[in-house]
Amino acid sequence: MTTATPTPPAAEAQPAATVLSATGVTMRFGGLTAVQNVDLTVNSGEIVGLIGPNGAGKTTFFNCLTGLYTPTEGTVSYKDKVLPHKSHLVTQAGVARTFQNIRLFANMTVLENVLVGRHTRTKEGLLSALLRGPGFRRAENQSEQRAMELLEFTGLAAKRDHLARNLPYGEQRKLEIARALASDPGLLLLDEPTAGMNPQETRATQDLVFAIRDQGTAVLVIEHDMRFIFNLCDRVAVLVQGRKLVEGTPDVVQSDERVVAAYLGTPYEGDTSAETAPEDGPEDTTGTTSTKDTEGGTA
Amino acid sequence: MITMTTNTPTTTKDQPAATTAPGLIPLPPASARITAVIGAATTFASTFLAWTWTEAFPGNLTISGYPGGLQVLTLTGALLTLLFLLSGQGIRGLRWLTPGGTNSPVLLLALGTFAVTWFAVGAIAVELGGLVNLEPGGWIAAVTSLLLVIAATALPSDLPADDQRPATGTWKRLLHSFKAPEPGRAAPLPAWIEVLTIAAACGAGLIVFTYGIGTEYGQLFIGFLILTGFGAPALQRSGLVRRFSTLSQKHRNVTITAAFVAAAAFPFTQESDTYTSVAVSILIFATVAVGLNVVVGLAGLLDLGYVAFLGVGAYTAALVSGAPTAALGIQFPFWAAVLAGAVVSMIFGVIIGAPTLRVRGDYLAIVTLGFGEIFRIAMQNLDGTSGPDITNGPNGIPSIPDLKFFSFDLGEPHTVLGVELGRFANYYLLMLLFTALIIIVFRRSDRSRIGRAWVAIREDETAAGAMGINSFRLKLMAFALGATLAGIAGTVLAHVEYGVHPDGYKFVHTVPPNSAFLLAAVILGGMGTVSGPLIGAALLYLIPAKLQFMADYQLLLFGIALVLLMRFRPEGLIADRRQQLEFHETGQLDVPKDSATGLTKTEA
Ligand SMILES: Nc1ncnc2c1ncn2[C@@H]1O[C@H](COP(=O)(O)OP(=O)(O)OP(=O)(O)O)[C@@H](O)[C@H]1O
Ligand SMILES: [Mg+2]
Repeated sequence: MTTATPTPPAAEAQPAATVLSATGVTMRFGGLTAVQNVDLTVNSGEIVGLIGPNGAGKTTFFNCLTGLYTPTEGTVSYKDKVLPHKSHLVTQAGVARTFQNIRLFANMTVLENVLVGRHTRTKEGLLSALLRGPGFRRAENQSEQRAMELLEFTGLAAKRDHLARNLPYGEQRKLEIARALASDPGLLLLDEPTAGMNPQETRATQDLVFAIRDQGTAVLVIEHDMRFIFNLCDRVAVLVQGRKLVEGTPDVVQSDERVVAAYLGTPYEGDTSAETAPEDGPEDTTGTTSTKDTEGGTA
Repeated sequence: MITMTTNTPTTTKDQPAATTAPGLIPLPPASARITAVIGAATTFASTFLAWTWTEAFPGNLTISGYPGGLQVLTLTGALLTLLFLLSGQGIRGLRWLTPGGTNSPVLLLALGTFAVTWFAVGAIAVELGGLVNLEPGGWIAAVTSLLLVIAATALPSDLPADDQRPATGTWKRLLHSFKAPEPGRAAPLPAWIEVLTIAAACGAGLIVFTYGIGTEYGQLFIGFLILTGFGAPALQRSGLVRRFSTLSQKHRNVTITAAFVAAAAFPFTQESDTYTSVAVSILIFATVAVGLNVVVGLAGLLDLGYVAFLGVGAYTAALVSGAPTAALGIQFPFWAAVLAGAVVSMIFGVIIGAPTLRVRGDYLAIVTLGFGEIFRIAMQNLDGTSGPDITNGPNGIPSIPDLKFFSFDLGEPHTVLGVELGRFANYYLLMLLFTALIIIVFRRSDRSRIGRAWVAIREDETAAGAMGINSFRLKLMAFALGATLAGIAGTVLAHVEYGVHPDGYKFVHTVPPNSAFLLAAVILGGMGTVSGPLIGAALLYLIPAKLQFMADYQLLLFGIALVLLMRFRPEGLIADRRQQLEFHETGQLDVPKDSATGLTKTEA
């Protein structure tokens, strides 16, 4: 939480340059319109949340942004350049992502997973691998160094030689983040980064996302954990049945009646207590409120 | 056996190591151990007796005091069992044999000895028509080896019983007694001892290989397979394999050199060219399998027509190497012929790969299968009647002149270090250089940014794409590299076999090389490893060559063996550190696999 406090001035110091802008993105699967005419921008230094009920089209929207799907209509641009519909080119351009269903390279080690993430930022080809000149060794060493930095950053350094599939669930999610960060992205897309985590892990992930933002990477995050989203985000967009319903600061979104209705059919306030009650610690509640206040102050 | 397992508690009480699960047969461990020692020693001794009265059974088992044929295998098995037993006892000077498990290797070796002995006795009885053909020595061997196995099953197992999932039933308890703990860290030895150990291990490997390839009759080869089949897991359980791999990682260059020297020493152990010709074929076959492992093992591309690239290389070499009937009528120097074979193969690889690698999975398998057959049929028809005369059609291109390096004619025998090396020995040594080259290419590309990207594609192509990997480009690279390596091997093949013939490059055939056997060698041996395909190829070449009596059933047995392998050991004989996920994939997908083409396929 402490990381959150110093950042708002820094974020304001740089005039908010647009990192990602999606305009009129529509995705149809046959007769089903999973995403309909969605506009979204993410500015540098921002953490933007994307929420919505199950099946709202959030993951589909991510897939459109990252070139896994070719949107039926609309364009996506990153730092004023239109992104191509090829996932590897999108990553090359500087947009990295994680997956809702963890998709690590299960039979590679933790370190190798992150090294694969370095792929776009290194260029040693087959010939250089076969000849093993000094340049090759240097590049390998540098990649490994950078990968180890990221593993330190995410707290996985001790597990470098474990197979990815042998990691516990929470660490697999962290490893996905480390792997995505290895491509030095300007924008990181996280698809439900805390799904299946316990409250401690969720809090650690929150700090991790703040730290990532502080390092200059904008973040767009999908999450069902409302407390996590409202603590974390500068701005939240709500997707319902493929359309963007509301967008605004956490406070605005939280108190919007349409959101409450679309999401739950019952008032949101009542649900927070229901959702948070089992996992609530006293010190945690205070932390939550204080962050909420600072986030609200920036807007 | 099953009824005897009921009263175990009484026997386990006086046993100090209460943590280990008792053996299958309730005997006090001490008596089991002594009985096993006696069994092993008497089995050992029995091989010095005559087992049968006539020399009609191959290998001459009639002479007392001189073990021959299958007796040597029983002797080896019994001796090893004895040594491991004594090592398990903590006898000084032998402790190093069992840094990991002690009783599980004994059990495996005892089973191997028993199986070899009973196979030998049974083969004598069947072949000569009845048990009357056994001399007392044969009976003694049978009885003592049975005693050995029974005593070995009574030894407590190396690992404590799993309290969560207690092994119930005889079969499960037997399986449990095969398990062994990993060895601890070895005390550091002086470097020269470590180097000598590596050299000794490579020498032992050479001896085993030389023995296997030199088995003169089918029964002996089967016995060899039985003993190595039990011996190899025994070595693994004992922890020696792990020790060796630790050592070889520490002294990588020494190990590579030692292995190469051992392989190069093979022709020097042979008196004639008979088995060297087999060895050179194995070497070519194995090398091609290593090349295929780039495509299948690393990049995960199922290539069913790989032998065609071997053919492209071979035909290219045949066309440019001065064969009298070759359409081109030119003679390149050898290096240029190799280069030509490699380049033409690579071009074919790109031509075949570029359109097909855009689709995933099954399509590639079918297209490559088709290409393999098209290649063969095209070679058959480019004979001047149904097409331009390039390949002489079904006649192939025979009589490629032997290679000459300066004045060294590979077709002539030469005496080196007092040993006469014949034509095949010369080609064996030449091929060995190419094998080394291809192994280096495999290892270096594996451990690089490109190799990691291949494995990433194999593991999860969508995630690899999201990591910025251009999977089409990298798959094409793997495919073309694989084709190039096969092409290089093909150029040597054409010279070794004096020529090329379209029937040498079928999809499936009873003799290697063919695409099905190549793929089987990779899968049997272990995908993504170097030693896996080498061992797999050696086995798949030798088994049909040695066991000609089962020629009619060969493909059937081959199929059954593969099914069993996939059921019980899908990762192959040599497991890759990153094991194959393909066979175990359960992951749910965020996006359908074919998102790029817009098709929604129902692949889970
Ligand atoms: N490849 C596809 N083909 C057809 N329909 C699809 C495809 N991908 C997603 N859909 C549909 O699009 C809708 C939106 O799905 P999506 O996965 O984007 O939801 P989501 O908001 O991420 O939900 P959740 O919160 O459960 O992850 C769903 O109805 C889904 O069935
Ligand atoms: Mg989703």
